[in-house]
Amino acid sequence: MPVHLPDTVDAAVAHLAADPSATLLAGGTDLMVEVNDGHRRPSGDVVVVNRIAELRSWRRDAAARAVTIGAAVSYREIETGPLGEMFPALGEAARTVGSPQIRNAGTLGGNLGTCSPAGDGLPVLAALDATVELASSHGRRVVPIGEFMVGVKRTALAPGEMIVSITLPLIDGWQGYAKVGVRNAMVIAVASTCVVLDRAQRRVAVALGSVGPTILRCPEAEHDLAASIDWETLRVAGEDLERFATLVSAASRPITDHRSTAEYRRHAVGVLARRLVRRASSEEVTV
Amino acid sequence: MSHDSDHYVLDVNGVRREVTDSWLGESLLDVLRDRLGLMGTKGACEQGECGSCSVMVDGVLVCSCLVMAASAVDQPIVTIEGIAPVGSPSDVQAAFVEAGAVQCGFCTPGLIMAVHDLLERDVMPSETEIREELAGNVCRCTGYGRIIEAVQRVAVERGRAQ
Ligand SMILES: Cc1cc2nc3c(=O)[nH]c(=O)nc-3n(C[C@H](O)[C@H](O)[C@H](O)COP(=O)(O)OP(=O)(O)OC[C@H]3O[C@@H](n4cnc5c(N)ncnc54)[C@H](O)[C@@H]3O)c2cc1C
Repeated sequence: MPVHLPDTVDAAVAHLAADPSATLLAGGTDLMVEVNDGHRRPSGDVVVVNRIAELRSWRRDAAARAVTIGAAVSYREIETGPLGEMFPALGEAARTVGSPQIRNAGTLGGNLGTCSPAGDGLPVLAALDATVELASSHGRRVVPIGEFMVGVKRTALAPGEMIVSITLPLIDGWQGYAKVGVRNAMVIAVASTCVVLDRAQRRVAVALGSVGPTILRCPEAEHDLAASIDWETLRVAGEDLERFATLVSAASRPITDHRSTAEYRRHAVGVLARRLVRRASSEEVTV
Repeated sequence: MSHDSDHYVLDVNGVRREVTDSWLGESLLDVLRDRLGLMGTKGACEQGECGSCSVMVDGVLVCSCLVMAASAVDQPIVTIEGIAPVGSPSDVQAAFVEAGAVQCGFCTPGLIMAVHDLLERDVMPSETEIREELAGNVCRCTGYGRIIEAVQRVAVERGRAQ
């Protein structure tokens, strides 16, 4: 079977068009686990995406105040480079992924391709209202992140389509990501939360991982906090913060499985959200 | 660039190695051990959890069990066999022996790869940094204390040599 190592998106989508059963391969940290376990056996062509310059790079659009990140940019690059500074929540999420070996290979596009509700990059993309650019031999289209993630390991990718990039708006305000797992390193999220406080727009965004079939936003909690927060200091009164945490927990739709119980997960996302908002105001004081 | 999944050439430790009869999806770990006879790279979990199969591909430390071998053509691959010739260990290897950081030895090749990579990027890592950077290499014998000591020894010795 042919293995293709294209260096352009056009060449990659031509291979996908020629073989609809082709398998896309980025860092392999999800795909190869399934192959090694015998759960997945590539039968058609393999199209390797991490030699496509457009997918390996990122660019800042100053006019649009946005950054476009290629699908094959690794966690290591996000964690150690300017991307982690421009998007601190994404940097924090990247730092929590697996081990150095996994972060060297694993990519944001692969996280989206797998679309696990526990994917650490995904709550950040959801809270920042990312858009995802897809390409096929018929052309390109841009899909909002909320429409891209359809369900547990289900995406809006059509046959013959691939992820090219993710575009994130630069936010004036505060953002953070936190996750609960059984230990500090090499652990899949039992529950995770991303909070974005957009001071310019006076908008709050909260996204939750591992507590539903896919990443969940919390519109009620977001509106409530946007009304109660002091947008200058990012301080929130104690009772308002408690109500916010309760609304975040109420927005979760967790299940009990081998990693944790629904009750614990529901509780944990409230705690994480409250902790992140507290961190926002304390960091605000020190700068 | 395209090639057939069952016949390709890898650049391993600076040597062109022909791979034949490989199956599509075969990991670099299996190709190194079973087809190229390079037994230094160890395989245990085959899920990227244990790090015993760590190698460098294109200058980056990865788990070879998660690299589809056929995707690694035209990229320099360095395995434990490429770190130092038999009989003249690298400074990291020597420090592991001196510090007693080797017990059963199964995790050692992966750890040596990870430590060489770490010290390339950070000449004087703190203990916390060492622990974080080696989080992907599991050792069930030592309790890690002597491994950390070995890393610190090399960092100090290299600093002194400068
Ligand atoms: C030991 C270990 C620990 C891990 N820890 C974490 C963790 O803490 N947090 C976390 O979120 N994840 C974790 N993961 C999972 C994995 O590392 C991430 O999901 C990673 O983002 C996958 O990226 P990849 O490039 O390796 O994807 P691949 O395995 O190459 O691909 C994953 C899927 O996406 C598809 N795909 C890849 N690129 C594209 C593209 N451009 N367009 C369309 N489809 C594409 C592939 O066909 C495949 O179905 C871990 C994995 C391992 C092995």
